[in-house]
Amino acid sequence: MASKPETDPLRFHLKGTFRHGRQVLFQDLSLTLEAGQWTCLLGPSGVGKSTLLKLLAGLPSGGEFSGDIGASDAQPIGSRIAYMAQSDLLYPWLTVYGNVVLGQNLRGEIEDGERANELIRQVGLQAHRDKRPHQLSGGMRQRAALARTLMEDTPLVLLDEPFSALDTRTRREMQELAFRLLQDKTVLLVTHDAAEALRLAQTLLVMTESGLEVQDIDAGEPLRQITDDRIVASQSRLLIRLNQADGADA
Amino acid sequence: MHKPTPKDFLVSLLVIVFGWQCIVWVSGAPSFILPDPVRVALAFYNNFGLLWEHFLVTASEVLIGLLLGSLLGALTALHLTMSKTAQRFLMPVLVLTQTIPVFALAPILTLWLGYGLSSKIAMAVLIIYFPVTSTFFDGLRNTPQGYLDLAQSMRATRWRILFQVRVPAALPALASGIRLAAVYAPIGAVIGEWVGASQGLGYLMLLANGRVKIDLMFAALIALCLLTIGLRSIIELIGRRIEQRTAPESD
Repeated sequence: MASKPETDPLRFHLKGTFRHGRQVLFQDLSLTLEAGQWTCLLGPSGVGKSTLLKLLAGLPSGGEFSGDIGASDAQPIGSRIAYMAQSDLLYPWLTVYGNVVLGQNLRGEIEDGERANELIRQVGLQAHRDKRPHQLSGGMRQRAALARTLMEDTPLVLLDEPFSALDTRTRREMQELAFRLLQDKTVLLVTHDAAEALRLAQTLLVMTESGLEVQDIDAGEPLRQITDDRIVASQSRLLIRLNQADGADA
Repeated sequence: MHKPTPKDFLVSLLVIVFGWQCIVWVSGAPSFILPDPVRVALAFYNNFGLLWEHFLVTASEVLIGLLLGSLLGALTALHLTMSKTAQRFLMPVLVLTQTIPVFALAPILTLWLGYGLSSKIAMAVLIIYFPVTSTFFDGLRNTPQGYLDLAQSMRATRWRILFQVRVPAALPALASGIRLAAVYAPIGAVIGEWVGASQGLGYLMLLANGRVKIDLMFAALIALCLLTIGLRSIIELIGRRIEQRTAPESD
């Protein structure tokens, strides 16, 4: 495996209140990301999913957060996240390889070329190592972004709808690849796609204006078959719940 | 958009030359007001050595001016990007200076820097400094937020974000600034030469005009056009390479 964990996976949490000017986006919210598990976060747009992700990533969120963000080893979380977004954010002036080693270059570290090449191979881009992003298809670009995320080798990985722009088949392949390669990481996946969440989640959370609620999935472990009857049933329950949440918004 | 081929250029050139000849025929203008194309071509051929000599002078003024002006402009844009203080105090001054017609400064520059190359280079620098600064600064400010978020999540320092993210992302903007500059720089140099010089195509035009060698004056004008076209083509070539390297989403 590319990502040999030096330590055991960590649990992360975020507790607190977020204000956008005077408006409270969420109050006394409590989010726990279980160690080494995939937590999927669903919810209507504008409810604050991306804000949660930005707070965890330590990025400017455009508001004010009061509360506590931390990890189970009580060390600061700041430097221990990797982030992957819907648009692949590959820098167009760098090759695939250059993008994969971007983090090390930006920190002024020595490039670990061997590891980068190994990750490029694992995501199946070895033949495209020296190409620039605009020469790649959408799926290939997202795989390059995945390799870049893996290269960071951080205990917490934040995924902000990374597969949503891909066609169905490529999306399924990417989900499998990402799930396999991010096995020992604590992962938060924000998504709009109920099926994707049901397929990948070890913990499935729905975020509404009143907070987070856990949804049970009684259909075995990921990667689940979304054609499984139990998943189909879960999915209709989930869609009903999401529609209610949407209704509450309106 | 259809990209013009060399053949397209040749056709439009022929149309222009033909139109020019038609105006000469229809208006019956004497050759000391509007010489016909053949006469100008002959003047160009007969005075090639002279034109070349003055061409080299103007070309070096333009090139040095372009280089210095772009460099100064790029450095200013970097400074503006990194310093809030510079943005507050320097930017308004820069915008204000744009209300001064640079042409009006030509006599002063000639007074201070003399009749040689330096006053023309200074004109060229002044005229291109602002376009380069403002286009590059805009580019540096408009780095896609996602690129910056990613770099920040990777714990890049401010300086590394500037030189490894903002600057490469702004290179196409710098290239279009320099493209503009390549058109403006010859204007600066020629105006400098008109105000006071003993060499250069602008000087040659005035000299020819004074001696009623209008065909030579037109030949000098054409030499000037060739200089600008040549310069633009080189810059275009470099610019396109840069854009290829930093190719945006599509294509």
